[in-house]
Amino acid sequence: MENSDQIIQYILSGLSNGSIYALIGFGFAIIYNATGIINFAQGEFVMLGGMLTIFFLNVFQLPLITSIVLAVAVATAVGVVFERLAIRPLKNASPLSLVIITIGASILIRGAAMLVWGKDTHALPAFSGNDPLYLMGATMLPQNLWIFALTAVIIMASKLFFQYSIFGKAMRACAFNSQAASLVGISVKTMVLLSFMISSAIGSLAGIIIAPLTMTSYDMGIMLGLKGFCAAIIGGMSSGLGTVIGGLLLGILESLGAGLISSGYKDAIAFIILLLILFLRPEGVFGKKETERV
Amino acid sequence: MSTKTFRVFFMFLLLAIMAIPAGAAEPVKIGALFSITGPPSFLGEPERNTAQMVADEINKSGGLKGRKVQLVIYDTQGDPTKANQAATRLIKEDKVVAIIGPSTTGETMAIIPIVEKAKIPLISCAAGVKITEPVKKWVFKTAQNDALAVARIYEQLQKRRISKVAILTVSDGFGSSGREQLIAQAKNYNIQIISDETYGPKDTDMTAQVTKIRGSQAQALICWGTNPGPAVIARNVKQLGLKIPLYMSHGVSSKKFIELAGDAAEGIILPSGRVLVANFLPNSDPQKKALIAYVKNYQKRYKTEGDHFGGHAWDAVMLLKGAIERGGDTPAAIRDQLEKTKGFSGIGGIFSFSPQDHAGLTKDAFVLVEVKKKKWVLAKE
Repeated sequence: MENSDQIIQYILSGLSNGSIYALIGFGFAIIYNATGIINFAQGEFVMLGGMLTIFFLNVFQLPLITSIVLAVAVATAVGVVFERLAIRPLKNASPLSLVIITIGASILIRGAAMLVWGKDTHALPAFSGNDPLYLMGATMLPQNLWIFALTAVIIMASKLFFQYSIFGKAMRACAFNSQAASLVGISVKTMVLLSFMISSAIGSLAGIIIAPLTMTSYDMGIMLGLKGFCAAIIGGMSSGLGTVIGGLLLGILESLGAGLISSGYKDAIAFIILLLILFLRPEGVFGKKETERV
Repeated sequence: MSTKTFRVFFMFLLLAIMAIPAGAAEPVKIGALFSITGPPSFLGEPERNTAQMVADEINKSGGLKGRKVQLVIYDTQGDPTKANQAATRLIKEDKVVAIIGPSTTGETMAIIPIVEKAKIPLISCAAGVKITEPVKKWVFKTAQNDALAVARIYEQLQKRRISKVAILTVSDGFGSSGREQLIAQAKNYNIQIISDETYGPKDTDMTAQVTKIRGSQAQALICWGTNPGPAVIARNVKQLGLKIPLYMSHGVSSKKFIELAGDAAEGIILPSGRVLVANFLPNSDPQKKALIAYVKNYQKRYKTEGDHFGGHAWDAVMLLKGAIERGGDTPAAIRDQLEKTKGFSGIGGIFSFSPQDHAGLTKDAFVLVEVKKKKWVLAKE
């Protein structure tokens, strides 16, 4: 096998993982911009997406598409409940204590998932078959195409939402200056709630589209959450193109590093990048110094 | 009530209390440490269930020499520190005569100094070679050594004239012990490891490693890990169109693996205890009767199939039963009788302990099994 074919394969695998990291990073960025909180429970919504889909599919014997819609709906509802019960009552708390609350919530959600669904790993069937496709000497599964396509759709949809819809504009206003936004009549509380809804919906979707490849278990959210956090940091916590490129870059570097250097360092690569960026460019690779958090 | 009647009553009460232990013999207390929760719960849960089931069966059929068996079970959560505390508690407070478990090698190593000092026999359900090598006076184990599993795979590779292999191991205790054995034994079988890759226990995509292996000259891939990693690898191998034979470890020898890997499991070969293929064994196999009974009883009680891992606990309890029935029920007598166990047909294999060998199994404890049409069958030798 040619060396260049291998590189293409690494890049393809990297892009597919990177898309997932980007989606999870997106969730981080949306909540961060609305509230200033890093929501470390983000990974758990990814897990909920996968587990709930399998739950509806196997227990209620619903068709795949219905299960997916229901799973996203339930995960979003969990996000709403989380915001209502854990974040809103403490509106005046410092961001640090809120961050700690999100860590607590992630442990709670993980524990509840373990009690409900057990400790086993579960497999979700692929959306359209398992026969590999060939592309320039590299192979990929139809599921990879689903991942690319859905990631692109989700990112474009949220771009449109933030640019053109009245809610999106209001959320951006809150991100710039929540006090001024509330003065012109925007309900900041509603916007915070909305940000939790959007990010848990996106997180759960990420969990659903990746589940056929990676399978899913109650504790899969931790690592994916951290990788998504890396992606968001690379992108400078912007809910725009920065995080997307951050996620893709992370996925490709990880895959190339595992293939060309040593697979033992795969996770280390992600965290070395994270540390380097936090030390050298805390505003993110694509962030301007005076970052406008949108 | 007059003082006199009170005294008589009191004396009577005292006598009655003293008479209770004399009438019904005190139970034999056996300690059990399993990782019922935590990452190794896939080991600890079936082990706990099995130990409880076997103890109940013994009690139903009259107990050990007329005494009931009482299991004192603690959950160690896969944590050596917790195992250490629980072992001390079993010995000091519960005053058990023997301990079975823990489920993992790390936990077992953590409690060996305690049982050696307290002189309480321990039958570990973990697989690590170092548990019984060098031999420790009070420590035995029932799980098959990784070394035996590796030997089984290499034997077949040699028969198939395969000399260049790639290995892909998980970076935890199980994987690194397997990796050590794979590397150490390779030259005895004229096998060359040309690609040595690892993956993290929580990794969800191994296409990078498999791509690298696809680019090498390897004629077979050996993967060493426990669920779900190997199932992901099986899928990645199929996705990348890697055509070389894929071998796995006994760490995934359960129905669950086939369920997770789906179509990608087809044709995968791995060494396993006989329990997985109990129905396919020839009737002459000395283990067959115990195996089928175990699978059936476990199914009846817990509604899932008994596996290889629960078998380790079955063996541990039954070995203790044999030792207590042959000798006394003091820790020292149990230890001496355990060491004299010869030709005991258990779930994991046929055990014969000796003062030089506290693991008791040979590589015949493993058979190679293969996935055919989503079922485990005996692989062709």
